[in-house]
Amino acid sequence: MENSQPAMLDLLRVRNDFPILEREIAPGKRLIYLDSTATSQKPLSVIQAMDDYYRRTNANIHRGVHTLAEEATASYENARERIAAFIGAKKTREVIYTRNTTESINLVAYSWGHKNLKAGDVVILTEMEHHSNLVPWQMLAAELGLRLEFIPVTPDGLLDLEAYRDLLTLSPRLVAFTQMSNVLGTINPAKEIIALAHQAGALALVDGAQSVPHLPVNVQELDADFLAFSAHKMLGPTGIGILYGKETLLDAMPPFMGGGDMIKKVHLRSFTPNDLPHKFEAGTPAIAEAIGFGAAIDYLTTLGMENVARHEHTIISYALEALSEVDGLSIFGPSADKKGAVASFTLPGIHPHDVAQILDTQGIAVRAGHHCAMPLHEKFNLPATTRASFYVYNTLEEVDRLVAGLNKVMEIFG
Amino acid sequence: MDDLYRQIIIERYKSPLYRGELDPHDISFEDENPLCGDHIRIDLRVDENGMVSEAAFSGHGCAISQASADLLLESVIGKPLEEVKTLTKQTVLDNLGIDLGPVRLKCALLPLKVLKAGVYGLGEGQDALVED
Repeated sequence: MENSQPAMLDLLRVRNDFPILEREIAPGKRLIYLDSTATSQKPLSVIQAMDDYYRRTNANIHRGVHTLAEEATASYENARERIAAFIGAKKTREVIYTRNTTESINLVAYSWGHKNLKAGDVVILTEMEHHSNLVPWQMLAAELGLRLEFIPVTPDGLLDLEAYRDLLTLSPRLVAFTQMSNVLGTINPAKEIIALAHQAGALALVDGAQSVPHLPVNVQELDADFLAFSAHKMLGPTGIGILYGKETLLDAMPPFMGGGDMIKKVHLRSFTPNDLPHKFEAGTPAIAEAIGFGAAIDYLTTLGMENVARHEHTIISYALEALSEVDGLSIFGPSADKKGAVASFTLPGIHPHDVAQILDTQGIAVRAGHHCAMPLHEKFNLPATTRASFYVYNTLEEVDRLVAGLNKVMEIFG
Repeated sequence: MDDLYRQIIIERYKSPLYRGELDPHDISFEDENPLCGDHIRIDLRVDENGMVSEAAFSGHGCAISQASADLLLESVIGKPLEEVKTLTKQTVLDNLGIDLGPVRLKCALLPLKVLKAGVYGLGEGQDALVED
């Protein structure tokens, strides 16, 4: 690693860990994967951890006393410990396995929301939220009569913190916001937003779906009350995510779903909920996926999240410059120093679907659409954008290939 | 690819023959594909014999959906409404002359969905209208 460019990861080594990168999409067109914001690719170590589990260990966790059940339980809980350490949680009890970020946010809305919110209470969100941090609150607002307020997004893609300060005078109960926009790439000043929320007497929920995979995130340093994120965006499998919550908050919250594992005792007409974290983990969980997630955490820890962030900063700085030279292309979001490795853009007169389709014929995978953030697209008056996003396995050369691909798109539509 | 972006599709996207709005009109309907934000409105004028005499589309979308709309309207002008009701997915694919995967198929079929919902006088577009 020492011999490569200072700000880049040892890409040859990293890329060799991702078997999918060898795939050819068309003859001679090797995959260039620029859609990690939707889901990341998986290194061999993650695939193998899950494969080993099914080959050697598979058993249901907890309560079993045979060797396999003991091993499966240990692996499942051991992954939780590594995940807790990765985000700087004080205790593993504060780390709840869910299916994904969406379920984590729904858990808070349903359990904490029903217990603590009433008609007229204010919840603050932002205009740059993913639908997963909008719709659960809209559903709860309709049910309980909450008032939703939104921190506006400025034309250069930043949160308007002055407007936020004004909203805080409404004495909100909760501020729920994304730490990194999945469209603009904007990295929001989470620590400041949380501190201001706390001063106003509100709790803070951080949507970490994009930030936890790409930046060092420490819940204690942020003083976050809740943090939600998914494994599949950070080299892990689909079907597993995390809700981190402060112990006192989680302790006071009623269960979300009922079933096995979340109980201590069950009678015909009553039950006693289990302790944390199991209180919120009803039913047989995604065991292999938790173990795969543990392997992904190990992989990222070995790379070092500071190095990951620096690598991506190098790529996005280069990409923004290279893309700005494409004729007529407009990029949305702030400058490279304020954003993660996400570039959403439009080409004049060419629909993002067509851009993505023609890039695909060159082996380049990008996303086209509203990226589950329709209100943000409405704000910028765009039906859709094309989005290229980058991760640990992407190279500067791939940025060049993207630019060449876009020039080809322009040629076809010329 | 270049199959998917046959000359006729690019041409009709860039210089459509039936783009616009008809005012007054006998039939008008609009709908969108929420997945990609494509939006299409179709206006028809129908003569006393129940034949489509004029047609126009407006809205925005990708080359596939726009070219599909333009070619579709070209194929229905002069036809009785009863025949328009019988158009299928295959009509659209024949117009475009390409094969499409499930995602892009939605783009191509949006104009037919809008057209048939309008001709049937339905309150909203239904996927069942464009299934074979």
